[in-house]
Amino acid sequence: MKLSGARILLESLKREGVDIMFGLPGGAVLPIYDVLYDFEGIRHVLVRQEAAAGHAAEGYSRTTGKTGVCLVTSGPAATNLVTALQDALMDSIPLVAFTGQVPTHLIGNDAFQEADNVGITRSATKHNFLVKDGNELAATIKEAFHIASSGRPGPVHVDLPKDVLVKEWTFEYPDKVHLRSYNPTYEGHPGQIKKAARALVRAKRPVLYVGGGVISADGSPELFELAELTQVPVTQTLMGLGAFPMAHPLSLDMLGMHGTYYANMAVHHSDCLVAVGARFDDRVTGRVDAFSPTAEIIHIDIDPSSISKNIKVDIPIVGDCKRVLAALVAAVKDEMKTYPAGAVREARRQWSEQIAEWKRDQPLRYEWSDEIIKPQYVIEEISNLTNGEAFMVTGVGQHQMWAAQYYRFKHPRMWCTSGGLGTMGYGLPTAMGVQAGHPGKLVINIDGDGSFAMNSQELATCFEERLPVKTVIINNGGHGMVRQWQRIIYKERFCAIDLGPSPDFVKLAEAYGCTGIRATKPAEVVPALEKMIATPGPVVLDVWVSKDECVFPMVPAGGANTDMILAPPSRETRERAARSQTGF
Amino acid sequence: MAESEHSKHTIAVLVENKFGVLSRVAGLFSARGYNIESLSVGETLDPSVSRMTLVVRGDAFVIEQVMKQLHKLIDVIKVNDLSEETHVEREMLLIRVNAEPASRAEILRIADIFRAKVVDVTAASYTLEVTGEESKISAILELLRPFGVQEVVRTGKVAIARGPKARLRRVDDKLGKGTPARAAAQDPRVIGFAD
Repeated sequence: MKLSGARILLESLKREGVDIMFGLPGGAVLPIYDVLYDFEGIRHVLVRQEAAAGHAAEGYSRTTGKTGVCLVTSGPAATNLVTALQDALMDSIPLVAFTGQVPTHLIGNDAFQEADNVGITRSATKHNFLVKDGNELAATIKEAFHIASSGRPGPVHVDLPKDVLVKEWTFEYPDKVHLRSYNPTYEGHPGQIKKAARALVRAKRPVLYVGGGVISADGSPELFELAELTQVPVTQTLMGLGAFPMAHPLSLDMLGMHGTYYANMAVHHSDCLVAVGARFDDRVTGRVDAFSPTAEIIHIDIDPSSISKNIKVDIPIVGDCKRVLAALVAAVKDEMKTYPAGAVREARRQWSEQIAEWKRDQPLRYEWSDEIIKPQYVIEEISNLTNGEAFMVTGVGQHQMWAAQYYRFKHPRMWCTSGGLGTMGYGLPTAMGVQAGHPGKLVINIDGDGSFAMNSQELATCFEERLPVKTVIINNGGHGMVRQWQRIIYKERFCAIDLGPSPDFVKLAEAYGCTGIRATKPAEVVPALEKMIATPGPVVLDVWVSKDECVFPMVPAGGANTDMILAPPSRETRERAARSQTGF
Repeated sequence: MAESEHSKHTIAVLVENKFGVLSRVAGLFSARGYNIESLSVGETLDPSVSRMTLVVRGDAFVIEQVMKQLHKLIDVIKVNDLSEETHVEREMLLIRVNAEPASRAEILRIADIFRAKVVDVTAASYTLEVTGEESKISAILELLRPFGVQEVVRTGKVAIARGPKARLRRVDDKLGKGTPARAAAQDPRVIGFAD
């Protein structure tokens, strides 16, 4: 069958089960949009800036478990998309991104809207392709989807020169992919799993430290079974939130720089730390030589290069988190026929008492005010009103950390946040993608005033495409996280952080055809949230919160996790923070 | 990771012979802050496969990451640290050296001792081709230096494991521990590769 390259692309997408893509047309991809005009079975969501197409695809992918697809044109469109690709790479989100390219005979000619797309995205993707021969287009798309969604998932970029899209080629969609150079390991090594089970059952102070890999692998049921079976407490990374229900008594909530006191203390004093689908990021470990110093470390990860990259691992297990956890449960059951011995039982009882004491002494807390809205309170009320059943998306900054701390997560794949790259402006476009994948479901974007403003143009997309995303802006009139660092570490020399009262977010929402609501007093918070949820269509709720509020606990970058600052700092703690400041 | 000295490792990498592979490998080194001392690339007996020989300096920890990161690249088929086994290394140099009438005989004698070939002659210079391992190369350069070396061009090292089982092992980081080559040696799924 002979088809144009553009039609081959869309037919291939259909065969990959793609029913939605996020994009923005332009010169080099016009042949695709011409076919799309009357092509059935794929919804195209028109975004207002190309990075938003990438983020929307990320949100769609993370919450549906499918590979996200976006399509933009050449040159500036491709360079705009790069941020979203790098974001997806760092958070292991499977995407296939298509960009247009100038015709093959003009490549390298500094043609209009030309950029070296594959050269630019090479380090921001898991893999990328430039398709010069249309006969290879279908096979390339098959490979792109395979690479994006298998092994450690990630973004794959396919660059499409215009002449390849226009000319006709033979179309035959392959059933299978065979890449001799790419064979991810899924099954864990049985010997290693047995070793891990022995260590875990014999441990006196074990902790499970779980990350986004558990969510990517849909391993939550197996994780739950392992935790219940062994009664080992579970702490989650920012990307892992939702992998284990926070209401469970074994939950230690989030760990790391803004993690809970009890999570960081438990990890620090543990004698057996089981990392599952987590990569010992610097925001989790703090100073590496002071991280979990006495623990035997078991690391389950699908990516061999994550193992012993930052922290030396004692028992590595390369494999898919779901399968390895299932095998580990079986191995632990076997091991428990003879163990734990009495001494271990007693030690474990003391360990859970110790953890309960840490939880009792240092819970997450903030000071209540009748006058001014505390941001933590807003998140608590969102958590209460939605009962943990809404899709939650955030921007990047203080509001993101408060959302991670105060929202009571229940289910996997209901939380999207930019963990690795920390991309401000991620919230709204990602929430759009989540909403597109889950029509009729409540999707809440908790954003900051600084972060929201970086992609607020997407309100137009929400309005036009009927994506009723509810945005709550935790508005403190500035770049709060930067302000916090300047306050605690840079001796209150506040610089370039004030955003003032502009824009008026209620009017901005209305200008885009959305509903704007504002809350300025604590008593207004719950009614405003209720109104936001009840209002059809996209809504922006602008909540004016206390400007000086900081995220606590906080581990200063480069400090050990036990150096947590738990409350607004005194001069002494500020100086201590400044001294331990060796990171960034 | 056991504390270990920084040492030179010669790493053989089999890659798909495709557009952009070299920049993926080079980009990995620059992005992760590793240093390549030399890199040479050429086709293997199978024209769809190229072989890169990389010389990298680092401790065991760095080398393990280099191997894993190389293996993570989609176009990389096999990675092998040749330094972990007996192997032969060679580098070729072209050296253009001043050759005044008074010194021409002496230069030829040196060339002869090192089995270097004279590949170009002018009234005032010789161009020598010399092949050998590192110590031989530095010795001849040292001896020629007094005559005035005009220019040196090096190919970068190429290396091959010694026979009869001269083959590349698949480095599957399944265990993810120990030195990569040792992990490979323990891997029952060692795959032979003729090149």
